[in-house]
Amino acid sequence: MGEFVISVEELRKEFLRDRPVVNGLSFSLRRGEALGLLGPNGAGKTTVIHLLLGLTTPTSGKITIFGLPMPEKRVEVLERLNFASAYALLPSNLTVRQNLMTFARLYGVARPREKIERLLSELEIGPRIDQVTGQLSAGEAARLSLCKALLNEPEILLLDEPTAGLDPDIADKVRQLLRRLRAERGIAMIYTSHNMRDVEEVCDRVLFLRKGRLLVEGSPEEVVRSFRCEDLEKLFIQLARERKQDLPGAISEEHE
Amino acid sequence: MSRGRIWALVLRYTYVYRRSVLRILEIFFWPAVDLLVWGFLTLYLEQRERELPSGVTFLVGAVIFWDVIYRSQQGITISFLEDVWSRNLLNLFSAPVRVSEFVGATCVVGILKTVVVGLYLALLAFFLYRFNLLAVGPSLLPLFVNLLLMGWALGIATTALLLRWGQAAEALAWAVPLAIQPFAAVFYPVSALPSWLHPLAWAIPATHVFEGMRLALRGGSAWSHLLLATLLNFVYLALAGLLFSFLFSEARRKGLLVKIGTQ
Repeated sequence: MGEFVISVEELRKEFLRDRPVVNGLSFSLRRGEALGLLGPNGAGKTTVIHLLLGLTTPTSGKITIFGLPMPEKRVEVLERLNFASAYALLPSNLTVRQNLMTFARLYGVARPREKIERLLSELEIGPRIDQVTGQLSAGEAARLSLCKALLNEPEILLLDEPTAGLDPDIADKVRQLLRRLRAERGIAMIYTSHNMRDVEEVCDRVLFLRKGRLLVEGSPEEVVRSFRCEDLEKLFIQLARERKQDLPGAISEEHE
Repeated sequence: MSRGRIWALVLRYTYVYRRSVLRILEIFFWPAVDLLVWGFLTLYLEQRERELPSGVTFLVGAVIFWDVIYRSQQGITISFLEDVWSRNLLNLFSAPVRVSEFVGATCVVGILKTVVVGLYLALLAFFLYRFNLLAVGPSLLPLFVNLLLMGWALGIATTALLLRWGQAAEALAWAVPLAIQPFAAVFYPVSALPSWLHPLAWAIPATHVFEGMRLALRGGSAWSHLLLATLLNFVYLALAGLLFSFLFSEARRKGLLVKIGTQ
């Protein structure tokens, strides 16, 4: 694995005083690595993504991306990464082409028309280029969101539940695409999902969060093995329900 | 600031109008209704009150000038709301867009709306009421620019408040300019207001513009009013910029940007 592209140290975020959503979280991401952020609702996964994007500012702690401090160097960092989420749709009243042209210009993409046509074709939604975005199916909208996320050839992709609401066929196509992108372009990814199959197929390493704290870290196989579970889904349920002191493989934290 | 990114955002906001006949009609419909109501009212007053020979000029000119403020303000706030309504704020601010570029783009949208609707109203007023906007004279352009600047200041401040209170406060986009209108001497001079309201009225840049317009239409000079309007506009633009900057930082600290973007 290559050098670190993201480094997070003792990250803490409180929206209400003394009620941290992210609490002393430290992790790093290497070039080309796919990291899964797992955890039940309210674990802080999406907040971590928003903190990495500079959409939210940390209460304390340090985020460094490409060696640059975030959110201070937000624009320089965001030029080199991208983001897709099932919850951040592109404007439904614009056509696919208009949406992608807007973002291509925002990211300063060279030869945007050719780039857009090629990406849409790769994602099998080429014929939809002049259709209004609101008329796309959920699967097509998810692929459009990925298309937007790939416009600037990012070195890091932040994916917040990219397969949420997709049927198994489309979800599988999205996973295949992500694996291919990693293999061909060495893109590093941070991936949040409630679909453990996604995580097992796409991620090299997972961080399991609960109440904003890191509970377990390792490769999907390692963490499943260390907790003597059948698969990641069973482990997810176990980790989400059990008390931390009852979990033999959990990371100890002195300030808890 | 990147001109390329500002242009990308301007295109994004104008795409909405290219695709929607209803949106275009909305831009032209309400100003025309205002012009018709005030124009016909003035014609009626002229027929009844011979001592108001330039009444048409005042009121029709006031409608056109007021619309400059309104469109300029709306160019900023409605552009922001477009991204709120379409849940696009997260995509927008996770792209390398500086806040100054976003505000700059919405100001350009304000100019485009103002110029298009201003020309349309000027033509309509000429054909319906024989009102010639050019009769204002050489001060027309600086008066127009001052109204545009005041609209920007209002738009930036309103958008800052929308960032703070979210979609629940979207009525502010329309309410803020209308709340100022009674004190801005749009359709009547400052002297028509009770004396205790005069300091408030003179603190509004638009008051100087409308008083200046009335002076210019009577053959007087509007330049002293213009100077004061310009000074006030720069003060208010600076204050609006500071307010926006502060509330944008607060929105990021409190997670409001994400909340508004996914509501």
